[in-house]
Amino acid sequence: MAAQNESGGKLSAVLSPEEQAGKDRFEAIIAEDSRIEPRDWMPEAYRKTLTRQISQHAHSEIIGMQPEANWITRAPSLKRKAILMAKVQDEAGHGLYLYSAAETLGTGRDELNDQLLTGRAKYSSIFNYPARSWADMGAIGWLVDGAAIANQVPLCRASFGPYGRAMVRVCKEESFHQRQGFEILLELSQGSEAQKKMAQEAINRFYAPSLMMFGPPDDDSPNSKQSMEWKIKRFSNDELRQRFVGMIAEQVKVLGLTLPDPELRFDEETGQWIHMDLDWEEFKAVIFGNGPLNAQRMERRREAHRDGAWVREAAAAYAAKMARKTEVA
Amino acid sequence: MSTQKTDHSLDSFGDSSASATRVTPGNALRPEDIAIQKAVPSEANAQYALRLGDDALILAQRLSHWISRGPELEEDIALGNIALDQLGHARSFLSYAALAWDKTEDDLAYFREEEEFTALHIVQQPNGHFGVTIMRQLIVSIFQHLLYTELLKSSDETIAAICAKAVKEVDYHRDHAIQWTLRLGLGTEESAEKMRHAMEILWPYVDEMFKDEPLYDELGDAGVRPSTLRAAWDEEINAVLADAELEIPKTGSAMSFGRQGQPSEHMGFILAEMQVLARKHPGATW
Repeated sequence: MAAQNESGGKLSAVLSPEEQAGKDRFEAIIAEDSRIEPRDWMPEAYRKTLTRQISQHAHSEIIGMQPEANWITRAPSLKRKAILMAKVQDEAGHGLYLYSAAETLGTGRDELNDQLLTGRAKYSSIFNYPARSWADMGAIGWLVDGAAIANQVPLCRASFGPYGRAMVRVCKEESFHQRQGFEILLELSQGSEAQKKMAQEAINRFYAPSLMMFGPPDDDSPNSKQSMEWKIKRFSNDELRQRFVGMIAEQVKVLGLTLPDPELRFDEETGQWIHMDLDWEEFKAVIFGNGPLNAQRMERRREAHRDGAWVREAAAAYAAKMARKTEVA
Repeated sequence: MSTQKTDHSLDSFGDSSASATRVTPGNALRPEDIAIQKAVPSEANAQYALRLGDDALILAQRLSHWISRGPELEEDIALGNIALDQLGHARSFLSYAALAWDKTEDDLAYFREEEEFTALHIVQQPNGHFGVTIMRQLIVSIFQHLLYTELLKSSDETIAAICAKAVKEVDYHRDHAIQWTLRLGLGTEESAEKMRHAMEILWPYVDEMFKDEPLYDELGDAGVRPSTLRAAWDEEINAVLADAELEIPKTGSAMSFGRQGQPSEHMGFILAEMQVLARKHPGATW
């Protein structure tokens, strides 16, 4: 194991012949844009990067259930309640897929969960913002899921097979969620003055945080270059961000609402969308635990885990009892 | 599972391999369809549909609180799914009842007062710990499964059609509750103790489920007298509890009259939460 741990790092010069063959094969697969599978040899740094990225994505799905679960019991119509419940369930499902994909890299779900609960692992910082109004269910669907899709569609072609395949299904469901979010806002935008105001305020609050979901600007994104070389990542943070902002700039017109960005424009010369400067100090503060709801989100997860301990213990004890019974019989 | 009876009663209805959410393959009965159908229920049948809808709605409201709070991710999904099924049944029953009074499902869910609701007290009981929720599920899902199975023969075609869809889903709910009752009953001393506690606080509300009321005299073959389900319910739940090594507690029976507009103390809080946004914006569409 020690040799393997070091094989992707500085000591790669002392690879065994088998490892050298694995490394050559890995590089060939990446070069021909094919897929790495769990049993294939891979550099330890590739394994680590993917484990971190996939598990962070899984954690984001799980923590991301909270702002929406906050409105299930108060959804203003039974149809909306049903749609929202189904959506939050999808997110739990995405979490499960992604944990499974991460497990193929050798780290178990219990360990990944422990990393989340002890704060060693991160999740998308957007979920540390509160969902204060019903319109936030629309804004989260349209902007947050929208940004997630822009990020994730290229990941369907990620070089690691299980991740790419999980993303195909995740993206299908996410695009459904985005349409549902847009529909919530559309309905509000055509409703009473109070409803319109609710919708506009939600967009105002989620616009900048959703743009920050693409990560720091390219010149301040240390891991991006390697991820692109490994064909995990296909486009840079800024590329994806400006593509997304262009999309929503068009869609917001259908809503008859506005984006809170006086600098937003399409630059004919570069063919790029230009948006306002984002507050990266705020972004860092939220990542480091000082967002509006970091403490609340984490405590809710820990509480659920704590409260469920006796249930998990009982299930394990029951399984052991049944196994013994089968043995005896 | 030794406690699982093989149920052949559904074989004559539709395709047993069809999705649980469809009446027949490719033909799901949606609340939206019911809301625009021509067949309007009689006053008695509407009152009956209201009762079935209210039970499912309040149970869905209670269960949905578990989403993001379950003991395992799989349980967030399972309880969320059960809540969603119950909400679907509620929407169908309420959409149908609403036709009799020229109202909508949302009028009934969001703009009735506490005492206008008809839900049984058992579904109003708080979630408590996971064991309480599972025991409430065991009690209610066995009851709903027996009831909906009988209602497949209802002379009211819409009620029969709603139940044809619902019974398949409730069958899963029953299985989920049975599986967990066995695990918690036989798992650890702590889990068994928690289940005994759950039974003690829930059993007082069991008898109410089986009370007949004058409405049944008017319903004829459209409804099923709940008293006629008691023996089968006792037999089924006793078998599960025996396998789980749990004993029915010697508690009394609460004087609960949810069907007569006497809700529990919990109902005000349940409705305050459920109705708050809709009532802030009367007349709005969402």
